[in-house]
Amino acid sequence: MRDDICFSGGHLFRASSVTDGTGAACACGAHGPIMTGGRRRFIGGLAAGAVFAGGGMGALADPPAIIGGSTARVPVERPDLAIGFVPISCAAPLIMAMAKGFFRQEGLNVQLHKTAGWALIRDRLLDGSLDGSHLLSPMPLSLSLGLGSHAIQPVRALTMQNINGQALTMALKHWKNRDPRQWKGMTFAIPFEFSMHNLLLRAYLAQYGLDPDRDVSLRVTAPPDMVANLRAGNIDGFLGPEPFNQRAVYEQAGFLHVLSADLWDGHPCCAFGVTAAFMAQYPGTYRAMQRAMIRAAYFMQDPANRLEAARIMAQPAYLNQPEIVIRQSLTGHYADGLGMVRDNPRRAGFSPYPYPSMAVWILSQFSRWGYLKDAVPCQDMAQQVFLIDEVRRQVADMGLPLPAAARNDWPDYAIMGRAFDPLHPPSYSR
Amino acid sequence: MPVQERRLSLFLSLAVLCCGLLLWQYATHPTVSHSPYGIPEGNAEYQRLMGRDAATAHASGFPTPAEFVRSAMDELRAPLRDNGPGDRGIGWQLGASLLRVAVGYGLAVLVAVPLGFAFGLHPVLQRAFNPFVQILRPISPLAWMPVALYTIRNAEGCGIFVIFICSLWPILLNTSFGVTTIRREWLNVARTLEVRWPQRLGLVLLPAAAPAIVTGMRIGLGVAWLAIVAAEMLVGSSGIGYFVWNQWNNLSLSNVILAILLIGATGMLLDSVLALVQRSVRYAE
Repeated sequence: MRDDICFSGGHLFRASSVTDGTGAACACGAHGPIMTGGRRRFIGGLAAGAVFAGGGMGALADPPAIIGGSTARVPVERPDLAIGFVPISCAAPLIMAMAKGFFRQEGLNVQLHKTAGWALIRDRLLDGSLDGSHLLSPMPLSLSLGLGSHAIQPVRALTMQNINGQALTMALKHWKNRDPRQWKGMTFAIPFEFSMHNLLLRAYLAQYGLDPDRDVSLRVTAPPDMVANLRAGNIDGFLGPEPFNQRAVYEQAGFLHVLSADLWDGHPCCAFGVTAAFMAQYPGTYRAMQRAMIRAAYFMQDPANRLEAARIMAQPAYLNQPEIVIRQSLTGHYADGLGMVRDNPRRAGFSPYPYPSMAVWILSQFSRWGYLKDAVPCQDMAQQVFLIDEVRRQVADMGLPLPAAARNDWPDYAIMGRAFDPLHPPSYSR
Repeated sequence: MPVQERRLSLFLSLAVLCCGLLLWQYATHPTVSHSPYGIPEGNAEYQRLMGRDAATAHASGFPTPAEFVRSAMDELRAPLRDNGPGDRGIGWQLGASLLRVAVGYGLAVLVAVPLGFAFGLHPVLQRAFNPFVQILRPISPLAWMPVALYTIRNAEGCGIFVIFICSLWPILLNTSFGVTTIRREWLNVARTLEVRWPQRLGLVLLPAAAPAIVTGMRIGLGVAWLAIVAAEMLVGSSGIGYFVWNQWNNLSLSNVILAILLIGATGMLLDSVLALVQRSVRYAE
């Protein structure tokens, strides 16, 4: 219970500091418009906040008192770490944490392991050859539920890495066939079953009356194979990670039909996770990783850093892709493949906050498409796996600005034009 | 072979090479690339973002021979560079693959040769194990991969296991064949002269079966080299197969072709080493 109190106090303290600073320094300023409802729906948090408001303000002069024991720095037990990543733009915070020295600042000596796919990432994280890893944000949930895996293995999302930044890319031959209602019989590639790409594509197709299980075929494909297959005509489109959407444009194989930012502005994409067993064994180490990843996400969210990031990510050790392609996907100043230069600064976003709201949507889609057969207590599960409280405490501890919206565990979202209420998710009967 | 014929075959080899290169050049000759399907070409900024201006000209699609040579030179300039596990030179990768093959193949030889001897000397054993060998033998290295991953749970171990399991069978079958077909007279002579077991093995069995064993080892090594590239593409974090995957991830066909050529050349070298061994153990009856 003490944690709750500390957190509420911390949040009030942060809230006032954000207003003092008029949010100018808020690297995560992008958050504001993402949430459709700014309603504060803490579970018990609001009351606690009110009660401890005095304490919070008093602590303004003495921040450590607010932070309390929960975030007191525990020494790093295990400084040498192996961390996995898949070479896509979603891993930008992880790559920055490495290249800009955020891991080193925390006393961590990290080796990044470029890994060939999500199944392999899953296996290596679970068998302990990776200490932590870049994960698709549905993966901590699916693994903790034992979906697509041989046993239930609790995995936690320590931080989110990125929001938005994906796209539905279609083959050039369909450039005049932009209405999804006409897409019956097409084949689409997705990177993994338990990916936001799969869930977003399914929801998108379903919105236009297609049954993603019957009317189209969805094929799990590695991103470079997506581009090659698109060019060869084996698939009609893919909802894939950057920079492969932009790469398909660059290779004159496809065009960007819709950015994921236009489907759901603020949707989660990739997370950074460890197993619950690792957290129990190395509490100081996972917190150090979390701090580095938070710093990295703030770094990436600042538009001023995007060009430098593109330069670093293009290196052979990381994405090993042309810089001009990565830059277009990061800055949102891009060629769309149809002869237009477009600007959408919200194309890619980076945020460390794993909102339980997001997890509830993911879980609701798991049951919608039959991955999850049993009913699970969505909100509890979401809070257990998406560690937003810890991220907030760390942010407060590090003295970083907390965006106003990040105080709410349960922001509403507008997903493909419809409001999503995480406390009352739609139930899908199949 | 007379000198005349040798010259002719050399000339033919060169002609084939030249034809291949010419075809490659012709097929990849850069043409002005217009957007297909009548899609608008866009403005200058669009062209820049598509990498179509002179400064950032990129080779879309398959490289021409000249582009290939240029990027191969780049890659081969620093074959032993080491900037962490994500960016190692091609020399490192080749070395990592060879090391894996050495371990996996070495284990296969250690297991298959004694087992082959046992089968060759005891037809009952051979008949008993034959169905299993015949079923396991034609399995592709890639089919073993998920099973290996699930049970061994270690990428390095998986690679070695796949090499082991694939190179085992040809060595085993050839050894047992070699031992079975040793002329009975030689064994009988040895027995009459009361040559003891260890000497019989060293003086008669091994030399007599050696050509067949080395043939099996030669086939096995070829299979091991085939398997490692495939295995590393799936689970590798190093090795030439990983290099191919990493370059494919960048859609950099030049480097993929370079790797293919190096894989071929290395395979040829390995094979010619065993060909030398084969020549040294050959005997005329």
